[in-house]
Amino acid sequence: MSSNIYWRAAIAAFLSHSLNVLAANDADLQAIREQVQQLEQRINQQSSTASAPVASSGEGAFNPAISLTLDGTYGTLHQDPTIAATGFAMNPNPVHEQGFNLGESELGISANIDPQFRGVATLALDPAGGISVENAFVQTSSLGNGFNIKFGRYFSGLGYLNEQHAHAWDFADQPLVYGTLWDTQLTEDGMQLKWLAPTDTFIEVGGEVGRGRGFPGSDRTKNGVGSGVLFAHVGDDIGIEHSWRAGVSLYQTRAEDRVSEGVPDLPGTPGGVSNSFSGDSRTAGLDFVWKYSPNGNTANRYVKVQGEYFRRKENGQLTYDTAGVSTTDSYDVTQSGWYLQGVYQFMPHWRSGLRYDQLDPGTASVGTANIANVISNYGYTPKRTTLMVDYSPSEFSRLRLQLAQDKSRQDMADNQLFVQYIMSLGAHGAHSY
Amino acid sequence: MKKIFFIFSLILIGSNAHAALNVFACEPEWAALTQQLAGDKASIYTATGPLQDPHQVQARPSLIAKARNAQLLVCTGAELEIGWMPLVLRESGNSSIQPGSPGHFEAAKFVSMLEVPTRLDRAEGDVHAAGNPHIQTDARNFLPVAEALNKRLIQLDPANTSYYQQQYAAFDKQWRASITKWEKQAAPLKNIPVIVQHRGFPYLNNWLGLKVVAELEPKPGMEPSAAYLGSVLSGLQQHPARMVLRAAYQDGRPSEWISERAHIPAVIVPFSVGGTPQSTDLFAMFEDTIQRLLAGLK
Repeated sequence: MSSNIYWRAAIAAFLSHSLNVLAANDADLQAIREQVQQLEQRINQQSSTASAPVASSGEGAFNPAISLTLDGTYGTLHQDPTIAATGFAMNPNPVHEQGFNLGESELGISANIDPQFRGVATLALDPAGGISVENAFVQTSSLGNGFNIKFGRYFSGLGYLNEQHAHAWDFADQPLVYGTLWDTQLTEDGMQLKWLAPTDTFIEVGGEVGRGRGFPGSDRTKNGVGSGVLFAHVGDDIGIEHSWRAGVSLYQTRAEDRVSEGVPDLPGTPGGVSNSFSGDSRTAGLDFVWKYSPNGNTANRYVKVQGEYFRRKENGQLTYDTAGVSTTDSYDVTQSGWYLQGVYQFMPHWRSGLRYDQLDPGTASVGTANIANVISNYGYTPKRTTLMVDYSPSEFSRLRLQLAQDKSRQDMADNQLFVQYIMSLGAHGAHSY
Repeated sequence: MKKIFFIFSLILIGSNAHAALNVFACEPEWAALTQQLAGDKASIYTATGPLQDPHQVQARPSLIAKARNAQLLVCTGAELEIGWMPLVLRESGNSSIQPGSPGHFEAAKFVSMLEVPTRLDRAEGDVHAAGNPHIQTDARNFLPVAEALNKRLIQLDPANTSYYQQQYAAFDKQWRASITKWEKQAAPLKNIPVIVQHRGFPYLNNWLGLKVVAELEPKPGMEPSAAYLGSVLSGLQQHPARMVLRAAYQDGRPSEWISERAHIPAVIVPFSVGGTPQSTDLFAMFEDTIQRLLAGLK
């Protein structure tokens, strides 16, 4: 309605100007009449278009944003995917699937709860049946002064890739270092506090306290805090074409009876043994990402280079062969890993990417009781090189071809091929940097 | 430790030292309008460049940092910034620019929207529920937006009310005179059939009377295939067009392809302030748009 008034005012002004300038002869007057008629017609059209969107009311009026991500792969592998990377048998091993495979469909629901809070839930629908809660958190929206608090279940803010959902990954799988050190992604039940400095340069510091339920911690019944995260991020633009972000993270937790199956040992037990570790786990990480696009126009062409390094020190007690001799003694090890990847959008909708991964299983110092049982030095550096090309007909759909030469397992080099689709239905929220 | 604290407090003081109103403008045209209305009373940061596709901006760390200190956000709205603004707002931890607060200004709320879809379906491509958001190509839209922005500036910075009133009155007068001039200059463009690369010009066409006979994107936001371009080309025999338009930020290949084969000029429209070397401010943006369209007629 108010816009209608603006239009009338604008036309009145327009006409008064026009009249002054043009009221010279009859032909001009005729032209003015035509203009008036057209403008009136236009007003009518526009007031009808402006009133077209009907505000929904009743139960549907406060519907949250709902999104569904459909994801699936076809994989060709030549080695048994359940065998862990050499030296990482006591770590998680995210297994690649062979043949046609429905990935996890992800159902996301989010909305403002009230002026103070926003709620987000992401449910993962397992293709074999069952639903798991990937994220379910509440975040503050009006604390001000650069503060943000999040509580519930969320992806930890450490590193760069950790907070990204699978549909936003640039490759069909996570880097090896995320797979082995974070069980793909570190999800925490807890609370996160972030503060953004009031500077022109992006400086963000954050801390989390949580349950420590996921690897490298272990779920246990106790009061208080099971894990802690500290992170800081710095970022900026360089001109209009370059932008970057760099960060450091620290993670501390404790494992209690963290059991691993099928761990190779010095006596060479067929199928390995089952070990259990209890002790402290501390991880430090560095991450950076740099992006470039001509004129800053990411729709046409861009380059994105990112890398992360994590180093974990664990010390505690290892029980060797829990099902058999079950001998316990001290066990300290430092494991690390890194990846470096580049993604190049060479024309609108088409991207290519290259990633290099490397892990270091470290040399463990094993207590005397287990010195003849537990392998302390594997003498092998797991690595992998991955190539991908993807095509996104729109921002809601993506098709990907990925080739990898996986040398993460000694004497088991594997050439892998994946074809993947990722489709988003419904609300499509903003992606993080 | 003391040293760190000292540096830290310097940073804090430093950022609060300038008294000017901190404005975060989403697009260059709103930065230019704010500049016209607030002069040196505002310190303006422009979040996107004229050669960036405004649909596909990323929530870069620098944008979050700038939004943290902003007192006023001036954006198009109508979902144009939906791919990055919600995240920037959340991460900024700045309660004074959140939607619904006086520091959150969306220009599209003050103009009549065109192409409001009656059917929301992604099969139609990248459509915006609130209507086509590219409102800045019709000069007349700046009148109600300037009026509303003037009120908002006064609300946020009442100490400078008389200054803002003066600036607004001067702008309004000059802008109305310019519209009259531009409409006269653009009279030959009326009913001229054109092809557009993206459905980005309904406001311009509505204003100057250009008639769109074809679009090079099969659906908004979708890349044309060679076969689709071929069908557009053959369709031109029935509905010949005089030129093919594209915004400065768009990839030139589809328009160049049509331009070569249909023997019609490919015209680049600045689309925002700075989109072409000539479009240095709001006035120059429209001068240049009309000059380029007229040149396309020859």
